[in-house]
Amino acid sequence: MRAKRLFTNIFCYILLTVLSIIWVLPIFYVILTSFRAESGSYKSYIWPRGFTLDNYINLFHGNSNINFTRWFTNTLIIAIFSTVLSAFFVLCVSYVMSRLRFKMRKKFMNIALILGMFPGFMSMIAVYYILKGLGFLETGLLKQVALVLVYSGGAGLGFYMAKGFFDTIPKTIDEAAYIDGASKWDTFIRITIPLSKPIITYTLITAFMGPWVDYIFAKVILGNDSSYYTIAIGLWTMLEQEFVEYYYTQFYAGCVMISIPISLLFLLTQKCYVEGVSGAVKG
Amino acid sequence: MGIMKKKTQSVSGRPSDAGIPQAFQNGNMITKISFFVFGLGNLVNRQIIRGLIFLALEIGYFIYLFSFGIGALGDFITLGTVEQGEVFNEALGYYEYTAGDDSMLCLLYGVITLVLTVAIIFVACMSGKSAYCTQVRKERGMNIPSFMDDVKSLKEENLHAFLLAFPIIGIICFTIVPLIFMILIAFTSYDHEHQPPGNLFSWVGLENFKAMFSQGSKLANTFWPVLSWTLIWAVFATFSCFILGMLLALLINRKGTKGKGFWRFMFVLSVAVPQFVTLLSMRTIFNANGPVNVLLREFGIIGVTESVPFFTNPLYAKITIICINIWIGVPFTMLSTTGILQNIPAELYEAAKIDGAGAPTIFRKITLPYMIFVMTPNLITSFTGNINNFNVIYLLSGGGPDSMDYYYAGKTDLLVTWLYRLTITQKDYNLGAVIGILVFVILAVLSLLTYRRTGAYKDEGAFQ
Repeated sequence: MRAKRLFTNIFCYILLTVLSIIWVLPIFYVILTSFRAESGSYKSYIWPRGFTLDNYINLFHGNSNINFTRWFTNTLIIAIFSTVLSAFFVLCVSYVMSRLRFKMRKKFMNIALILGMFPGFMSMIAVYYILKGLGFLETGLLKQVALVLVYSGGAGLGFYMAKGFFDTIPKTIDEAAYIDGASKWDTFIRITIPLSKPIITYTLITAFMGPWVDYIFAKVILGNDSSYYTIAIGLWTMLEQEFVEYYYTQFYAGCVMISIPISLLFLLTQKCYVEGVSGAVKG
Repeated sequence: MGIMKKKTQSVSGRPSDAGIPQAFQNGNMITKISFFVFGLGNLVNRQIIRGLIFLALEIGYFIYLFSFGIGALGDFITLGTVEQGEVFNEALGYYEYTAGDDSMLCLLYGVITLVLTVAIIFVACMSGKSAYCTQVRKERGMNIPSFMDDVKSLKEENLHAFLLAFPIIGIICFTIVPLIFMILIAFTSYDHEHQPPGNLFSWVGLENFKAMFSQGSKLANTFWPVLSWTLIWAVFATFSCFILGMLLALLINRKGTKGKGFWRFMFVLSVAVPQFVTLLSMRTIFNANGPVNVLLREFGIIGVTESVPFFTNPLYAKITIICINIWIGVPFTMLSTTGILQNIPAELYEAAKIDGAGAPTIFRKITLPYMIFVMTPNLITSFTGNINNFNVIYLLSGGGPDSMDYYYAGKTDLLVTWLYRLTITQKDYNLGAVIGILVFVILAVLSLLTYRRTGAYKDEGAFQ
């Protein structure tokens, strides 16, 4: 019995180690290449011949094509605004769907489900023309406002996760509040919101990550206005055929630079993610 | 108790519970007129501000309609009649363009006018209902709420209206209106040969759908293979990630495994890196001269000048993409299932052990059903998400390798990436819209059927 358990344990550890290596190796390769001294794109070897920090330095003091700092701030600003807006939308809708009962509720949920089935950027072209018609695509700054609106406009439809969380908060807590004379609004602000830190953080983080990783909407709306690019489009440009030979290693440096803050954020809030998926008040 | 409460309510009939037809039938003259002259019922009964808001909305709509809306609706039907012309300007010595109708804008303004009309019909119903409520309250001698009461009610019984207002406006502007617009485009001839403002396009009915399904045409020859690959992809991508992720979570959360936090961290690392970055780096890693091929060459598995065609051979490309997707997706599932595993009530396990159940039985009878209950909606969303998984395909292979037999599609193109190519690169907006509608139909059939069967939908309150 004991030998058998030992055997399974060893087997599990070996399996986990192999899997971990598979999962970590590509990340390691990205970091390795970002320090590579030799320029140019693909090489016939993996371990760099020399190491340098130039790739990182060039990102920030680069030529006119690569304006990493600018892209970074662009994305940050867009991300902050759309986070606030869409988190507000999501929390409102999910609270209503979870806690309040009214005539259109089931209908609204079904409509939300149906709308979610259309491919997202089927509407992209139409959004583009609507924004153009409203004059949002005249200047770069307005384009950024447009992008914020696009990212957060339909956010109310993504309420399932937060609704599921609110569903796990016992109704008795709300009822106790009503008995003490609280209005529904008070209950929402004073009771539900404070109890929902994990899901709020989760909503905030997912909304915040959106602009950092979206390529398509940003590309369509920002067009060729390279000083208003977000990180994602910027990095994509670096891999384009005419640039790849010059910027290959810098691309990896950019990837590392962008991954560090996002990963830290993610790891810090991983706890909230797990808690958010698994429910609110226990016992 | 709940049933009793409902019954008593419907007998006494709270005025706000009345339906629109009921309000119209039972209402007095003023209420009936309120359906056409907004806010009349409120104004007569001294709900001045409420009445004025209704009236202002109506006046605003009609000003819009007569100054612009009727013309827009006319253009919407014809989609523009005046083609852009060229006139030779002799004084300046070159051709000048005369402005023609822009079919695109005709369509857009038409849709906006229609949406506003629907909105005003909704306001009409609200106005009539509001007048009816006031009428009933007056007849019963109840007090008539002032504007301040109305505002206060937003925090109490009308909280849902208050909280939903802004999100719904956002959804209408950025999801519903664009969708209607694109659906309509599927019935027009808006392709690369009919580009406004230079050319007009017109309504063609079901022509585009016929073209997509007509036997032996290039479009049909593209559509069916792309569709089948989309479905194969979605099935593999969803279930491989789900099953492997669950197994990984079980492996890490096993009692015997030490250093759970460490193992979890190793996998979470890859989730933490933005997906966009992972995908782009994966594309370079599996490139013909990328590190994977370099490694294979060094180990002597392939010749020094050879390379495995990870993205250039159709079959290899498909397998590569599914594998990379596993790499991306498994940690996600691992994370969410870990939460669920930890959340399974410990009493269940203890009870099972007391009853003498072994580990396999416990897994089969407790862990698995619980996981499936919680994860089914998740599974459905990830399946639909995978059918629409634009990023993975576009950033990895770009849909390639391209095929001569296809109409501007590659062997790994999903319906959505094909849609993207057709609209952005090829400018066949009508075909793109047709594909969008077809994707919707497929998803709707698939998920409405399954989703309604899941426990989480039927029995929302199970954990309340």
